[in-house]
Amino acid sequence: MFVDNNSLESVTILTEHELHEIDGWLKRFPEDQRQSALLGALRAVMHEDHYLSYEKMDAVAEYLGIPKVAVYEVASFYSMYEMDEKAAGKNTIAVCTNISCMLNGSDKIVKHIESKLGIKHGETTPDGEFYFKIEEECLAACCGAPMMQLNHVYHEHLTLSKVDELLDTCLPKRSDDDVGESESAAVKSTDSIVDKKGGK
Amino acid sequence: MSDKIETIKITVDGKELEAKPGAMLIEVTDQVGIHIPRFCYHKKLTVSANCRMCLVEVEKAPKPMPACATPVTEGMTVWTRSEKALTAQKDTMEFLLINHPLDCPICDQGGECELQDLSVAFGGSSSNYHEVKRVVVDKNIGELVSTELTRCIQCMRCVRFGEEIAGMRELGAMGRGDRVEIGTFVQKSLSSELSGNIIDICPVGALTAKPSRFTSRAWEMMQTAAVASHDCVGSNTHIHTFKKKLVRVIAGDNEAINECWISDRDRFSYQGIESKDRAEVPMIKKDGNWKRVSWEDALNAVAEKLKAAHPDNIGVLASPRATIEELYLLQKSMRAIGVNSLDHRLRQTDFNQQESMGLFPWLGMSLSDIEAQDAMLLVGSNVRKEQPMINHRIRNAVNNQAAKVFTVNPRHLEFNYPVELQFVSDPLEMVNTLAGVAAASFKISKATIPAGLKDLLNAVEVTAESKSLAKTLKDAENAVVFLGSIAVQHPGYSTLRALSSVIADNTGATLGYFAESANTVGAWLAGMVPHRTQAGGVVEEVGKSTAQMLDKGMNTFVLLDVEPSFDCDDAVLANETMKVADCVISISPYLSGSMLEQADIILPSAAYTETSGTFVNAEGVWQSFNAASQSYEEARPAWKILRVLGNVLGLDGFDYVSSSDVRDELKKACGGVSEVNNSFEVVGIYTTLDKLAVTNNVLQRIGEVAEFCGDALVRRAEALQKSAPQQDAIQLNSAEVTRMGLQVSLDENQLVDVKQGVETVSMPLILNDAIPDGCVLLASGTESSSLLGSAFGSVEITS
Repeated sequence: MFVDNNSLESVTILTEHELHEIDGWLKRFPEDQRQSALLGALRAVMHEDHYLSYEKMDAVAEYLGIPKVAVYEVASFYSMYEMDEKAAGKNTIAVCTNISCMLNGSDKIVKHIESKLGIKHGETTPDGEFYFKIEEECLAACCGAPMMQLNHVYHEHLTLSKVDELLDTCLPKRSDDDVGESESAAVKSTDSIVDKKGGK
Repeated sequence: MSDKIETIKITVDGKELEAKPGAMLIEVTDQVGIHIPRFCYHKKLTVSANCRMCLVEVEKAPKPMPACATPVTEGMTVWTRSEKALTAQKDTMEFLLINHPLDCPICDQGGECELQDLSVAFGGSSSNYHEVKRVVVDKNIGELVSTELTRCIQCMRCVRFGEEIAGMRELGAMGRGDRVEIGTFVQKSLSSELSGNIIDICPVGALTAKPSRFTSRAWEMMQTAAVASHDCVGSNTHIHTFKKKLVRVIAGDNEAINECWISDRDRFSYQGIESKDRAEVPMIKKDGNWKRVSWEDALNAVAEKLKAAHPDNIGVLASPRATIEELYLLQKSMRAIGVNSLDHRLRQTDFNQQESMGLFPWLGMSLSDIEAQDAMLLVGSNVRKEQPMINHRIRNAVNNQAAKVFTVNPRHLEFNYPVELQFVSDPLEMVNTLAGVAAASFKISKATIPAGLKDLLNAVEVTAESKSLAKTLKDAENAVVFLGSIAVQHPGYSTLRALSSVIADNTGATLGYFAESANTVGAWLAGMVPHRTQAGGVVEEVGKSTAQMLDKGMNTFVLLDVEPSFDCDDAVLANETMKVADCVISISPYLSGSMLEQADIILPSAAYTETSGTFVNAEGVWQSFNAASQSYEEARPAWKILRVLGNVLGLDGFDYVSSSDVRDELKKACGGVSEVNNSFEVVGIYTTLDKLAVTNNVLQRIGEVAEFCGDALVRRAEALQKSAPQQDAIQLNSAEVTRMGLQVSLDENQLVDVKQGVETVSMPLILNDAIPDGCVLLASGTESSSLLGSAFGSVEITS
């Protein structure tokens, strides 16, 4: 005879780092409210994989003891989560195109990034370095418009040169030839795209 | 607690009403028949207040309030049809219709659609929205429910149903804002045993019944109230027919029995009625060839055969799904010609101590009382699949009052609520496991162990878990020990029953039975057992039980809606016995291949929905129903066949005009008995089970009845069969597979040869680590099982 209490245990595919993060979140909530750690858990997975695979979402559901569909609901609700493997660029660029940013020239920023990276809105560069996220909702930084998020960090009062600078810091060190190429691409447009009124 | 419930007074539309404080406004108005329109509100689900259709005007409130989420307070004044309320409702309707397609003419819900009805009653005639409507891609969520998600108004009833009633969230709301869609997100078939209820609660045509899709319009159908025929609950249903043809089954309301839900098995089994192998006319086999004959000739031939045989050589087997009228008439006529070997316990193998059974296997309480239990022990029951609506009650007990549930089963089962402890052991060891609990209970009660159980109880080890189970039952205010179908099928049933009884006695728990089928209780009352006549009357001579009849080979058999290969415990034995019998008379709606081989006379009977009758549920409640559809071809209701057979046999007292005459006669004999004493004195020696000789490839079979294979009707229900292809497979754990050196491919359709006794069948292999070592799950009632031996025996996997 064997007696068992819980359903049969299985090995989780979550990494040590992810588990550490999730456990950290779990500590902040009552023990019977494990679903409260869901947002944090998915964030931890995003941080590792840059997207949420079905396998990882299911693993999170199992670890937290909540239905899988509850994880899918949350993952599909928030725009900060990506569920497409193609979106798993190392760096995520999200330019706000809502009203304040649009009036301050966000369209030009989008075009600039598209031509600089050679990809369209919603695509990832072939080398997997950048994912250019489609239409970000208003990020409540209108006083700093135009703005974007680079890896979830806010950058405000954007100019084309500021964008270039920011993107270049993300690039890994390359051979001289490569650097030359990317610099020449960036040289074209270093001027401010809008006349700043007010600002800082 | 005082008996008087405090009430408060509110005024709705100028009418003064009494209400419980804290009740939602819509509950109060529903009770008195003031109708407030709604979509998301459902009396059995939590309030979500997201459709906003029930907006009403409340005095002193600046804005209209949703009636479903507004608690009543003393002196509250509400107008449900004031200008403000009606405008709010009309405007809500306009919003709800923004994305709703105008496809009512091709929508299955058309004519019975809440959106359509409320749009006519509360909506406007035009919309301010002229832009493009959204389209949602439909999802395939299985064989039972079809989706048309563009029609969805996001009321979330189906999502809440999954969480709150079905106990498993399968559907969810994906996305955000105006892009929200209902779905499973990953392609997946619904697996809940109650999933079909989302069809009933969907207020629009987004979720409709797949098997009856596009077959008729709501206003063309006739509705007949009926009682479901598969489990012991007797759920109320409505059968819908169009031009006397069956279209679908929906749930009926009966708060005391099934509330407003039914299981998928009860909802979709009707498809079996239109199976291609229905028996059309009476037939007699002559020299190996079937001849179609008239009813008169057929019944005369039956009478002749019955008169020719010695009554002691006649065996009568009846389905526990037959109506009580049929069972009673069969019993009455057969006893009148001296036959004593009658039985309906087709899958039971251990009939030891059958005398000690109560009048019938009673649930021990009413269905709603299950929700008041604090501790429950389920012995040998896959309750979720066996008795879905009882499982629902148990789930309520667990969720509402933290009832502790324990199980003793041959395998680990998935429940949709937390179970305190599952005692899992192989079928043979199961007896010892339960004996351990019984021994622990004797330690608590200090009672004397009955002689018959002494050897068993002294030999077992009393584990800490057994002790804690016995103590929990003892400490609980309301505790119950339930015996399920796996226990009944078990080769040591009498021992399991005796142990359950002493556990109940020692801990002060109630002993209850989950009767196997819709009319198992009725069969006991009708005297369809070898040791009792109707209403538990005494027999002069105890006849043979199913096991004895099949083993000792009677020379004449009368079968009422029984397919021996599928309905009996040991198919090989049943097939063989039927083959060698001189005469097999089968009264059945169906002609299966094995039936044509085994029977000599076939009398086509009306199927469920084609006959009137009565089922008695596990509580002992008698529920009668009328025929909903016409009998197929020459088939006749079995109670009429048996009544005429009584006349042909020249018996007295077979002059019934209607089935209710038959029922009333029996009911009078039963004298309104509804409660039974389940407890009995444990005396005598109980079955001991021989250990299996464990060799390399021998495994113990766990042969519980597959969810959709329990009876002839559901076995022919196409959609249900398609929805559960894993039923007819052999399941074992990966450790066993490795031990036996089986090569397992990733191909899901890998076949293995399974040998039981002399027969070998090829069937798919499924890895399932919840099966204990040394065991296989090989369900009964399936095609493969119809060629194999006993549900609990040893099997070999030969390749």
